[in-house]
Amino acid sequence: MSTPDTQRRDGWSARARDNEVLASLLATPMALVSVCVVLAMAGAAALAPWIAPSDPFDPGAVSLIDSLTPPRWVEGGDPRFLLGTDNQGRDLWSAILYGMRVSLIVGLSGVALAAVVGIGLGLVAGFAGGRIDAVIMRIADVQLTFPAILIALLVDGVVHAMVQDSQRETTAMAVLIVSIGLSFWVQYARTVRGSTMVEKNKDYVQAARLMGLSAPAILVRHVLPNVTGPILVILTINIALAVITEATLSFLGVGLPATQPSLGTLIRIGNDFLFSGEWWIVAFPGATLAVFVLALNLCGDWLRDALNPKLR
Amino acid sequence: MIAFVIRRLFQSVIVMIAVGLIAFTMFRFVGDPVNQIVSIDTPREQRERVRQDLGLDRPVPVQFAAYLVRAAQFDFGMSYQFRQPVRGLIGERMPATLELAGVAAVLALLVGIPMGVFTALRRDSLLASLFMAVSLVGISLPTFLIAILLRYLFSVQLGWLPSYGRGDVVMLAGWSTGLLTASGLKALILPAVTLALFQMTLITRLVRAEMLEVLRTDYIRFARARGLRNRTIHFGHALKNTLVPLITVTGLQLGSLIAFALITEYVFQWPGMGLLFLGAVQNVDIPVMAAYLMLTATIFVGINLVVDLLYAAVDPRLRIAARPA
Repeated sequence: MSTPDTQRRDGWSARARDNEVLASLLATPMALVSVCVVLAMAGAAALAPWIAPSDPFDPGAVSLIDSLTPPRWVEGGDPRFLLGTDNQGRDLWSAILYGMRVSLIVGLSGVALAAVVGIGLGLVAGFAGGRIDAVIMRIADVQLTFPAILIALLVDGVVHAMVQDSQRETTAMAVLIVSIGLSFWVQYARTVRGSTMVEKNKDYVQAARLMGLSAPAILVRHVLPNVTGPILVILTINIALAVITEATLSFLGVGLPATQPSLGTLIRIGNDFLFSGEWWIVAFPGATLAVFVLALNLCGDWLRDALNPKLR
Repeated sequence: MIAFVIRRLFQSVIVMIAVGLIAFTMFRFVGDPVNQIVSIDTPREQRERVRQDLGLDRPVPVQFAAYLVRAAQFDFGMSYQFRQPVRGLIGERMPATLELAGVAAVLALLVGIPMGVFTALRRDSLLASLFMAVSLVGISLPTFLIAILLRYLFSVQLGWLPSYGRGDVVMLAGWSTGLLTASGLKALILPAVTLALFQMTLITRLVRAEMLEVLRTDYIRFARARGLRNRTIHFGHALKNTLVPLITVTGLQLGSLIAFALITEYVFQWPGMGLLFLGAVQNVDIPVMAAYLMLTATIFVGINLVVDLLYAAVDPRLRIAARPA
């Protein structure tokens, strides 16, 4: 929203000073650093096909002779492979970039699915009330008793039971996204339901009703924009959680297969070689995952404080 | 109070029936169970006989009721993978998981509470900021990474502790325990620490936040004005009042301890229920999956119930609120 006061001034810095969220970002070095880290890593992942030295998904480009090469600076390292190679001779640096990309795609799509399902059900529950509300919220309660990782595992198991073994590789990513989506929707539904119940009695909703708008139209065009504030914080924290969930599932061997490795798959592969001394296969993907999740959590912490009017 | 207990009990039963329905529906997803038993060239009449023997010709609600009745008696059928009763499989592995989760919970409380109190009381000390930084990392690091890290450090590099398995166990009245042998205890250290770490950081942060809140209140100031010793104020007054949220969170976290035990069990090849469940997910062993689901649900729902009741017992205000107006 722009007031006449902000419109009069122009220039980026002046507007930044007016924007409280941006101002708090610039005033918190920790948050600034973590936002930069997240953006840099996400950018590198998105640009993986252009900046990675080789394509780890292309079986023709890798050779088993190069397998288990240590990082470049370690004795026995190969200048072609900055961080060494894995057991199939894939360049680890490229595999991490691509793996990060896969982790992010799964994490973001999973959270997006969860948000769409959760916000949708939350809006309906809050707006309709009564029996519909009771049913949706009881389902949410039941689901909330279980940790997300268990639900994701369960969905994963059931879906795998339904698809043929031969299709597993093609469906693995979709299965992961659905598992994550179905295990994270409750938080959104609860939050949105709460705000919707407050909003639906306000004058603007009554006015829209009087104008003869249908319930879906009121929900999407009028209520939805007013309940999205708290969602933002849940989203950032959930992306971190979703990335961890994906990595965990892949690590446990029920996520992405070794042919399209995510960070978790790489760590799973590396874990098998830890005893024989090939530490780099697990160390670099592990560190990448840890740094990314830590930075995302710090962003979430800061965003929660910055958007909380009570703390200003 | 009795009305409150009955209402919560009723809710718990509903939840359990819902979970039972999910477990029961899972069987329908994998196709006709008769096909799992008979061979391809079995004649039709024989298939029908198997169907009748299994009770699959009855209406679905009847089958569901029968499933619930059997589940209530801990009869979850045969594992597709092992061709053994699921009850025995789970019974063998349950002690391992419960011991692991129990030791981890105790460890988390014993370390987490003092750390929380310390970081709240000596907020500006270097050690407190160090604790807080470590706890942030602990919250952010995925459990399996912590497990790999600890295993690499203490069993691969230093060779102090075993890297997998449970060590020697002793049978005590049908309960296999690793707590009584030296190798069992040694094998328990790494998995338990791994599992405890996340809960510990959570408890530290919670106790710290609650202590800081309580220390600002008037009655603490009055206690100081009365000239009470610091120790009495901090532990007798302040810490006591952080217990209510602590009970809730610890109780609810006990459930996720069992879920996260799955990851720890996988890394350390700990022969518990989680490892069994994971194998079942990979091999589409629906009876084991369903049984694990029902069992963990029972544990979660039970814990939730106990926490709610404890809550009412600890905080008198809730008892009044629970009374019908």
